[in-house]
Amino acid sequence: MNEFAVIKKINAFLIDEFEVEAEEIIPEANLKETLDLDSLDYIDLVVVIENNFGFKVQAEDFQEILSFQNFYDYILTRVKSIQGA
Amino acid sequence: MKRVVITGMGIYACLGTKLEEVKQSLYLGKSGIGIDPARAEMGFRSCLTGVVPKPALRGLLKRRMRVGLAEQGEYAFLATRDALLHAQMDEDFLEEHEVGLLYGNDSSALAVMEGVDRMRDKRDTTLLGSGGIFQQMNSTVTMNLATIFKTKGINFTISAACASGSHTIGMGYFLIKHGLQNQIICGGAQEINPFAMGSFDGLSAFSIRQDEPTKASRPFDRDRDGLIPSGGAATVIIESLESAQKRGANILAEVIGYGFSSNGAHISQPSVEGPARSLSLCLEDAGISVEDIDYINAHATSTPIGDSSEARAIHQVFGACKPPVSSTKSMTGHECWMAGASEVIYSMLMMQENFIAPNINFENPDEYSAKLNIMTKTTEKKIDTFLSNSFGFGGTNSTLIIRKFKN
Repeated sequence: MNEFAVIKKINAFLIDEFEVEAEEIIPEANLKETLDLDSLDYIDLVVVIENNFGFKVQAEDFQEILSFQNFYDYILTRVKSIQGA
Repeated sequence: MKRVVITGMGIYACLGTKLEEVKQSLYLGKSGIGIDPARAEMGFRSCLTGVVPKPALRGLLKRRMRVGLAEQGEYAFLATRDALLHAQMDEDFLEEHEVGLLYGNDSSALAVMEGVDRMRDKRDTTLLGSGGIFQQMNSTVTMNLATIFKTKGINFTISAACASGSHTIGMGYFLIKHGLQNQIICGGAQEINPFAMGSFDGLSAFSIRQDEPTKASRPFDRDRDGLIPSGGAATVIIESLESAQKRGANILAEVIGYGFSSNGAHISQPSVEGPARSLSLCLEDAGISVEDIDYINAHATSTPIGDSSEARAIHQVFGACKPPVSSTKSMTGHECWMAGASEVIYSMLMMQENFIAPNINFENPDEYSAKLNIMTKTTEKKIDTFLSNSFGFGGTNSTLIIRKFKN
């Protein structure tokens, strides 16, 4: 899966599962504030990532993910790591 | 002691999802029973079920509020939203008052099954998601509704099998009567999926008259062969008369009696003595005589022994008085945890519109139902006071008496 396809898939589940408007998804925007995430929502984010990409995010990994771009980068790194394995 | 009145109703059921629609169904004697073919593949004896539309809550409720709602919670949300609207209790009122919440629910099987399946599949509890726990607990309905509507009064679930919904109105009446609460959202919710009904089907409790779904539920009829599972949710708003008058609410009726008892006997076999005691205690609490009851909405579910026991109990208490009796379960099937609340709404609609809904499919009486005055056709009749029975596994019995409001 290339970078474009991964980002497209991420945006699709954020719009569908977290009900964010497409125009609100800006790479530099704050992920937590834009999606209005509380501690329970992060669990659902772990679930939806696992459903879409087949790997589990550890809770502590979210500490480094502030913006949508951080989120894309993190997922892309994990996807490449799996594809390269 | 305070007087307790009803000021709002909302329902989501196989007879309709709005009061007007339900009233029409009752008047026309319309059945809400159908077939769920998937049940045959799951090994059910009977595929008969009440048919309730799946709610679409996206756009009505935020995601965070939706993820904790099990199937019956979705029904309960819609019924409660409509009941609050009917009672003219808005967000500001709920914010400024200690409105209570008592709801009947006694299972959340689908949510539990889905969680267990996912646990076996994923072997990782985080991947069960955040909503599972809030859907799976028996108090799922009250914990979600209290959060969604931001209620601030009493808040818990009543689990009393098929009398759950009735007991919530009874307990709410008791709390308000004694001045402990001013307004309470009462009701009952029932999931309708196969997982919730499989073990009940396994007891051979359901009708297998599958070639005629709308004729399968036939309470009190000689040829009845079992109940039809059904579901949805029903919400009744009750409050003190002072509260209703102070805010200028439209008072729909008054709750004047609550009777309850336990059979102290078999877990599934009903008795005559327990229900008869519940009926008598309710009449005593209401301070009225049997002649004052204009209509009895029977619990009768269409099982051979249950209906006979209730018929004997009614006859024992009412004797020669013989008020009109019907079981709306002939149309709805058995709405289980919801039934006590929904049947109060059905009877309220009849009282408002001066008719008695028929006990459809009652063609031939048996030895005991022959002693009752069972309404086989829609009957125009002025109802001032009605009585509603609900009984459940474990021998729990609840009876309510509700009267037209007179200042």
